[in-house]
Amino acid sequence: MKPSMEINIAGVKFRNPVMTASGTFGSGMEYAEFVDLTKLGAVVTKGVASVPWAGNPVPRVAETYGGMLNAIGLQNPGIDVFCSRDLPFLEGFDTKVIVNVCGHTEEEYLEVVDRLADEKSVSMLEINVSCPNVKQGAIQFGQDPKCLAEITGKIKDRAKQPVIMKLTPNVTDISEMARAAEAGGADAISLINTITGMKIDVERQKFALANKTGGLSGPAIKPVAVRMVYQCAGAVRIPIIGMGGIATAEDALEFMLAGATGVAVGMMSFHDPETAVNVAAGIEDYLVRHNISDVNEIIGAVQV
Amino acid sequence: MTLAFPKNTHLTVNPGQFVGIYPNDQTALLPRPISVCRWDEKEDMIRLVYRIAGKGTREFSGAGWGDTFNVTGMLGNGYDLSEMAGKSVMIIGGGIGIPPLLELACRLKEKPGTRVTAVLGYRDSNMFLREEFENASYRVYIATEDGSAGTKGNVLDAVREQGIAGNTDIIAACGPMPMLRAIKCFAGEHGIKAFISLEEHMACGVGACLGCVVKTKNVDEHSHVHNARICTEGPVFDAADVDI
Repeated sequence: MKPSMEINIAGVKFRNPVMTASGTFGSGMEYAEFVDLTKLGAVVTKGVASVPWAGNPVPRVAETYGGMLNAIGLQNPGIDVFCSRDLPFLEGFDTKVIVNVCGHTEEEYLEVVDRLADEKSVSMLEINVSCPNVKQGAIQFGQDPKCLAEITGKIKDRAKQPVIMKLTPNVTDISEMARAAEAGGADAISLINTITGMKIDVERQKFALANKTGGLSGPAIKPVAVRMVYQCAGAVRIPIIGMGGIATAEDALEFMLAGATGVAVGMMSFHDPETAVNVAAGIEDYLVRHNISDVNEIIGAVQV
Repeated sequence: MTLAFPKNTHLTVNPGQFVGIYPNDQTALLPRPISVCRWDEKEDMIRLVYRIAGKGTREFSGAGWGDTFNVTGMLGNGYDLSEMAGKSVMIIGGGIGIPPLLELACRLKEKPGTRVTAVLGYRDSNMFLREEFENASYRVYIATEDGSAGTKGNVLDAVREQGIAGNTDIIAACGPMPMLRAIKCFAGEHGIKAFISLEEHMACGVGACLGCVVKTKNVDEHSHVHNARICTEGPVFDAADVDI
């Protein structure tokens, strides 16, 4: 018998637990010719702000051992273009849409949240309070538990969709942030965003990125991410979406066994656009092989 | 390196387009963007000429016939052949920017009434692809940094020394950024339309990551800011449209 792959986060049902990680899949449009979007649990869009953002100077990306650094700076066309161009495109596919929301200030986040309130095709909002590459705002909200609880509360007051707070690993104790998000009323948390890193081109004796620092992602960060998901799962009752270097179904299963309800494939979509679809198929194979009838049975099932 | 694609791939290559090749080394996860030097339509093969810049290209250079790589493509826009057909086109290549222009020269040769003049800038007398350009062009001019062949200096020194800008309708160029900046300036002064192919560090190659952008004169239609994606809106741009 085919195992059930469906998961439920804050009342939203997903066909399977595998999503795309924000910023690695555009708005879905860019990968639609390579990937069957209807085989994904959800498309999580690149961060969108109240107005267009130009982002950082180039070079914005650099490859590192088993991963990459990026300092895009959340370039995005703004919520108006997102609603008139990207969202209608995604509405053409039978897949759940989670919109990642970014901002410099509380007002900017709330403006986007309000604009999306009547968009029926948006299943959830993911709030990016954890981008390491934007100077003002953004990550400050994610690094101070009081600020995080406050902004979560304000967004929850206005949002019509369930709210996921995306956490940064660039803190001393991520479980404290998870608790703050839960206290603020978050419906779920997602983690981890990228880990702040640096690369130096030794031949040129220059920084590899114009921004000097960037966010590290890819398989190199996976053990850190799994550990943090496990810590947060022990700290909160709200569902967790786990991510950080997922390349295979086994990687995704690590996150789920550690306590994640959903998972997201990020940087590895650049390596192989079909990674997320293959991960979903591989999880199903695993369930069959282990005679497990429902994917929900493995959430947090790691034995102590 | 020559890549042969599986039977019935039916490649279509516009000169200036590129592929993303993935190293098999699983610590190097991003595709290497490399422009097509020659396309063999009948055999579904492409030839790539590249410089060894890191561990990915080093791996490619050690590959032999029978080795396989994952490839995405064809990527990017390429040069607009219809705009150049029947005109006097000056192809200007510098260093490792030379190979992507060979396909352009060969394709323009097939267009009646088109006259291609190539200006190739090398470091020294190691003049790779020179003969192929001579077969595809009306004239080839050479510049070398060390003066061992042709004009001593850069490609624009050769253009000025030979006085060949006068009857040029369109410039098509690829090469290092300082060369492209100088060509943008030169083309502007002489009222010649110039198309330049840009290079930047990329992650996805398909327009999703926004890693490879170039500043644009006007607000870009896709991004709604003054940034265009080199991998998708480019790599070939009208020099007048980009701020380099």
